Amino acid sequence: MLKRNFIIFFTVATISGFFGNIVNAAGVAMKPGEYAWSTNGVFGSFDRKQLKRGWQVYTEVCAGCHSVRLIYYRNLAEIGFSSSEIKKIAASVEVPAGPNEDGETHKDDEPIMRPAKAFDKVISPYPNKIAARAANGGALPPDLSLMTKARINGPNYVHALLTGFKEAPSGLKLSDGMYYNPYYPGGQIAMAAPLSAEAVEYSDGTKATVEQMSKDVTAFLIWTAEPELEERKRLGIKVIFFLIIFTAMLYAVKRQIWSKLN
Amino acid sequence: MTKPVWKNPVVKWIDHRLPIFTFIDHSAIQHPTPRNLNYFWNFGSLLGFILVVMIASGIILSMNYTANASLAFDSVERIMRDVNYGWLIRYVHMNGASMFFIIVYLHIFRGLYYGSYKQPRELLWIIGILIFLTMMATAFLGYVLPWGQMSFWGATVITNLFSVIPFFGDTIVTWLWSGFSVDNPTLNKFFSLHYLLPFIIFGLVFIHLWALHTHGSNNPTGLDVKGDKDEIPFHPYYTVKDAFGLGFFLVIFLGFVFFAPNFFGEPDNYIEANPLVTPPHIVPEWYFLPYYAILRAVPDNFIDVWGWLPVIIPAKTAGVICMFASILLLAALPWLDTSKVRSANYRPTYFWLYWIFLINTIILGFVGAKPAEGAWLLIGRLATLYYFLHLLVLIPLVGRFEKTKPLPNSISSAVIPAGTTDEESVNA
Repeated sequence: MLKRNFIIFFTVATISGFFGNIVNAAGVAMKPGEYAWSTNGVFGSFDRKQLKRGWQVYTEVCAGCHSVRLIYYRNLAEIGFSSSEIKKIAASVEVPAGPNEDGETHKDDEPIMRPAKAFDKVISPYPNKIAARAANGGALPPDLSLMTKARINGPNYVHALLTGFKEAPSGLKLSDGMYYNPYYPGGQIAMAAPLSAEAVEYSDGTKATVEQMSKDVTAFLIWTAEPELEERKRLGIKVIFFLIIFTAMLYAVKRQIWSKLN
Repeated sequence: MTKPVWKNPVVKWIDHRLPIFTFIDHSAIQHPTPRNLNYFWNFGSLLGFILVVMIASGIILSMNYTANASLAFDSVERIMRDVNYGWLIRYVHMNGASMFFIIVYLHIFRGLYYGSYKQPRELLWIIGILIFLTMMATAFLGYVLPWGQMSFWGATVITNLFSVIPFFGDTIVTWLWSGFSVDNPTLNKFFSLHYLLPFIIFGLVFIHLWALHTHGSNNPTGLDVKGDKDEIPFHPYYTVKDAFGLGFFLVIFLGFVFFAPNFFGEPDNYIEANPLVTPPHIVPEWYFLPYYAILRAVPDNFIDVWGWLPVIIPAKTAGVICMFASILLLAALPWLDTSKVRSANYRPTYFWLYWIFLINTIILGFVGAKPAEGAWLLIGRLATLYYFLHLLVLIPLVGRFEKTKPLPNSISSAVIPAGTTDEESVNA
C-alpha cells in the first residue's frame, strides 16, 4: 500500500508541479492585492452597469493616450448599450472617409472625414506609434484591449497600478518624466497617476472615487480582453455537468462489464 | 482468434475485396490484450484522441488564420471575437497542446516504469520517441503562429540553436528563417510546416500501432503472455475502460478550456511581436522547460574545465548537444537497461531510481522556468548531471547487480485469486 500511495503522490506532484509553473515574466514588483471581480470563479459574469461606467472612465480619461483597437463600436451592445445609443456614441467622433467619387481622400490638405458608425473600430488617440511616442516624451502608451490578459494576474495588477501611485521613497531618484509606482516593474513608470477623485461624473449616481473608477475601468478592460468570458463560463458549466454524469455512467458500465471477469 | 463471418452482404462483398472489416475486427475488437492492464494503459488511446482533436480544431483555425507578420496577431483575435465559437476552437487547440504533452509524458513514464521498451518492443519505443520529437517540433511551430512576444522571441532563441551545427550552422539558420531574422517569411514557412507535421505524426502513430499489435501490450507484471488465460478481447473490456478514461480526461481538459483557458500560457504572448523589445525572461512553453534547463546548464567556462573537448565544442554547442542527447538517449534505453525483468514492481532498486529520475526531471522543469543564475543554475547543473548519470551509468549497472523479486508464474496467476475459475465467465 505504501508503494501505491507513493505512486499516487508523485503522479499528483508531477502534474501540479508543472501546472504551478507560472513564470513571472514582468520582473520584480510589488504583488497586487486580490480583488473579488464579478467575473471571478466558475459562475463569474459581467456587471453591465459597471462596464458602462468603465467605458465612461476609458473614454473620458484613458482614451486621451490609450487605444482599445480590438473593440468596435458595435461591440458596446454586449455591455448594455442600445443600438441607438451606439449610433450616437459612434457619430460623436470622426474617422477618415476614404476616397470620394472623385477618388480624393484629402481636401485642402485635410483628410476628408465622416462620422463613425457602429462597424468602425473605437478610434485611437494617435494616428500611429511614432505620433504616440512623440506626444508622450518617447514613451508608448500601450493598447489596452488585451491588457488584463497580457499581464500576470492582469485585473488585480491593473487595479493596483491605477491606485498605487505614491511619492517616491527618499532613496530613489526618478528619471526625467517618470513617476513612482511600486506595482510597476522597476518602480518607474512614464504615466502620471491618471485618476483623481471626481474625474468623471457617473450618471447612475455612483460616487467617482479613485478606487471606484479604477475598479470600473479594470472591469471594462476584463471585458475588452475576454468578451467571450460570460458565454464561455455558462457553456462550460453545462458541458462539465454533462460530462461528469456521462463519465459516472461510463464508470458504472465499465464496472459491470469487468465484473464478468472476476 | 477466429476469423469473423460477415452476414451483411455489402460488408461481405467489400471485405472479400478489401478485408477492412476483418482488419478492424482483429485489431480493435478481438485483439487479445493482457487482462491486467491498469489505468496507466489508458494514455495511448487518449493520445490518439487528442491528435484527432488537434487536427480537427487546427484545420478550422487555419480557415480563419492569416499567416502574415502584420496580420497574424489580429487574425487570432478576430477568431477569438468574431468567428462563431472561435474562442472555443482556439482554446481547445491551445490547451489541447498542453494536454497532449501531459498525457504523452505520463505515457512515456509509464513505459519507463514497466519496462515497456524492452525486447521485443524496442522499435515500438523508438517510433514513440520519433512521435514525441515530431510533436515537439509541431508544438514549437504552432506556438509561433499567434505572433505574440513569446512566439517571436521563442522562435528566435530556438532557431538560433541550429547555428551551432559545424560548418553549415549559419546557412541552416538562414534557411529556417527564409531570411536574416525571424520575420514574415519565417511565419509563412512555420505555418506550412505546422500544418504538415501532424499528418506525419498520424502516419507514425499507425506504425507505432502496427509494432504494438505485433507483440501486444506490455502489462504491469512485465511478463509475456503465456496463454489464453492471460488475455481478454480488447472489446468490450478495454473499449469501455478507455471510454471511461476519456470522459474523466475531458472533464479536466474542458475544465481548463472553459474556466482557466490561459493557465498554461504566457501573458506576454498577448502582446504583439515586437522585434525591438526583448521580454525580460524568454521562456518556452512549460512542456519544454526541462530541456531548456539542460540547454542552459552547460557552464560558459566549460572550455577550461574540460581542456580536451573545447577545440571542437564551445559551451553553447555542448548545451545543444546535451539537450538533444537527453531525448535521443532514451532511444538507446532498450540496450542501456541490462535487466531482464521489465516491471519496476519486481525491481526494488530500479523502483527508487525511477522515482528519483522522475523527480529530477520535474526539478529540471522548475529550473527551466527560472532565470539561469545563482542557486537555480547550480540546481539545474546538478539535475542535468544526474539525468545523464541515471541513463548512462545507473541504469546499465543496476540491471547487472540488482536482486529482483520473484516473478509470478503468469499474468493470470498474478491477478486471479487462487481457486477461482474464470474460463467460463470470460467466454460467456
